[in-house]
Amino acid sequence: MEKEKLQSLYYEMVLVRRLEEKSANLYQQGRIGGFLHLYIGQEAVGSGVIAARQAKDRVITAYRDHGVAISCGMEPKVVFAELLGKETGCSKGRGGSMHLADVKLNFWGGHAIVGAHLPLAAGMALADKYRGSDAATLCMFGDGATNIGYFHEALNLSMVWKLPVLWVCENNQYGMGTSVERASAVSEIRQKASCYGMPSERVDGMDVLQVYNATQKALEHVRKEGPFLLEALTYRYRGHSMGDPERYRAIDEIEKWRKDDPIGIFREKLLADLGFSELTLDEEELRAENVIEEAVQFAEASPDPASETLFDYLYVE
Amino acid sequence: MSTPSRNPNGREIRFSQAINEALAEEMRRDPTVFIIGEDIAEAGTPFKILKGLVEEFGTDRVIDTPISEPGFCGIAVGAAMTGMRPVVDIMFGDFLTLALDQIANQAAKVHYMSGGKLKVPIVFRTNMGATRRSAAQHSQSLHAWPSHIPGLKVAMPSTNYDAKGLLKTAIRDDNPIVIFEDKMMYQAMGYVPEEEYTIPFGVADIKRVGEDITLVATSSMVQVALQAAEMLAEIGLSAEVVDPRTMVPLDRETLIQSAKKTSRAIVIDEGHQSYGVSAELASVIADGAFYYLDAPVKRMGAMDVPVPFSPALEDITVPTPEKVLEMAKALCGRV
Repeated sequence: MEKEKLQSLYYEMVLVRRLEEKSANLYQQGRIGGFLHLYIGQEAVGSGVIAARQAKDRVITAYRDHGVAISCGMEPKVVFAELLGKETGCSKGRGGSMHLADVKLNFWGGHAIVGAHLPLAAGMALADKYRGSDAATLCMFGDGATNIGYFHEALNLSMVWKLPVLWVCENNQYGMGTSVERASAVSEIRQKASCYGMPSERVDGMDVLQVYNATQKALEHVRKEGPFLLEALTYRYRGHSMGDPERYRAIDEIEKWRKDDPIGIFREKLLADLGFSELTLDEEELRAENVIEEAVQFAEASPDPASETLFDYLYVE
Repeated sequence: MSTPSRNPNGREIRFSQAINEALAEEMRRDPTVFIIGEDIAEAGTPFKILKGLVEEFGTDRVIDTPISEPGFCGIAVGAAMTGMRPVVDIMFGDFLTLALDQIANQAAKVHYMSGGKLKVPIVFRTNMGATRRSAAQHSQSLHAWPSHIPGLKVAMPSTNYDAKGLLKTAIRDDNPIVIFEDKMMYQAMGYVPEEEYTIPFGVADIKRVGEDITLVATSSMVQVALQAAEMLAEIGLSAEVVDPRTMVPLDRETLIQSAKKTSRAIVIDEGHQSYGVSAELASVIADGAFYYLDAPVKRMGAMDVPVPFSPALEDITVPTPEKVLEMAKALCGRV
């Protein structure tokens, strides 16, 4: 990967981290309502996967979608505006945290019924195949989604019809408060692909370059042969959503994973092996912080949706 | 807006053929239209509605799926989000239970919760109706369910003419639509013109003009109401039969105006009577025509019981012309 891209990837991961930290603050202050599922700890997955896509490739994900939206190119200010329910949000405040989307970025949304967006991804790939496009659809989901019927129906159909879908399981090891070992008959999710004769790979989801390389290779397969399941082993530092008391895991488990922090690992690699200076990386961090501050100001200054627009977008006129 | 009466020069075709023609015409017109569902290509569905389509349009556009409703309904929604126009075949209305997450949580919500950036131009075709001796899991009329979800449109054709015209409109609409066909009507013959036409949603059709009582009826209950109207005519009562044709959007005004004119109304619908479509339609009339009514608005739905297999029991559960006649007579003081 060229130096410029490495640097912007670092910036992007820091940006996601800062955005999520700020979101948590705003939530605790009561300025964001409802659900808030933070991506902290999983940044290397979204950033690595999406860095490997081409502009024509679609991305769709579940409700833990802030990081993926940023990686797809969404501006933090429209993310914050959406989190605050403002008219200037990416979905004009109608979607909120779990339903960020922007077709112009080929980002087809955050979806909040676990597993339900997997067949949507297969359908997008079916449409691309029908049109003769060689675009792929990158579908991201958690380990919890692999226990619902949708996962199996979507993987089966994608293989039967050889659809260009890259299935990306972000195995953060917990489906809400239940560990993958307690919820899934196989805790190595990639094994589930073998039921459908689908190739798969498991990759260290804390290492953005490993994720990137594995995704590139997988996408080549997807474009030529059909679906592929990529499992990225990762960890979310925060609860399932804000307000999760996290009684299901020990502090030292979280601490162990924090040592493998995706941003920390990448920073070390950039400094030690890839010729970056501390100064350059610190500047990127500062830049991210400034962007986040400005984004929050933009969102807070933005208008609420007007009550007379309540029924807008209910039907296409 | 009324169905053209039988045209002596026109042709009569089966209800299933009317649907087949609508699909074929729209597929010829628009290459983004495709059909997806179980046993639709090789077998042509259990009701043989889709006969010949795979030969004309090929397996890329008439797509056989495994028995996998949540999966293929989701696939169709995903394809629609990209601009395709899928027509999804849900073999029995009862299987809506399996597809309802995609219909209610995805298709109905995507446009709204994306602030209008995404849309889902899709048609779910399914069926309804008892008295086919199919027992409790293949006989339900579940049209109240999607009608309850903002973001969906729902159509219930009662004639061959309406079946073709409403389906063509549905396929061209940019919103998610659920169409219910009564499976007992597929073999019925009826007038359908040769020439191109569509029928707008939200426009009720007065199937018979009358003065003394309004019978609002949906789907196959329109035929029940028309037969009851014939019987009422024999005793000197003139019944108006109003078919809303689409539950969403609903032509409230035509229902209300008819009830204002006749001052009495019965709503006949094959969904279970409690918490259903008949309650909504009756409420519209009671609200809108209150000061013109000479009697309470009455309802007749399917009985609140799983549909039994035994013909002796099953036939009791649904409205019949005789039952409508009795209720109408009582409402008009002719007991």
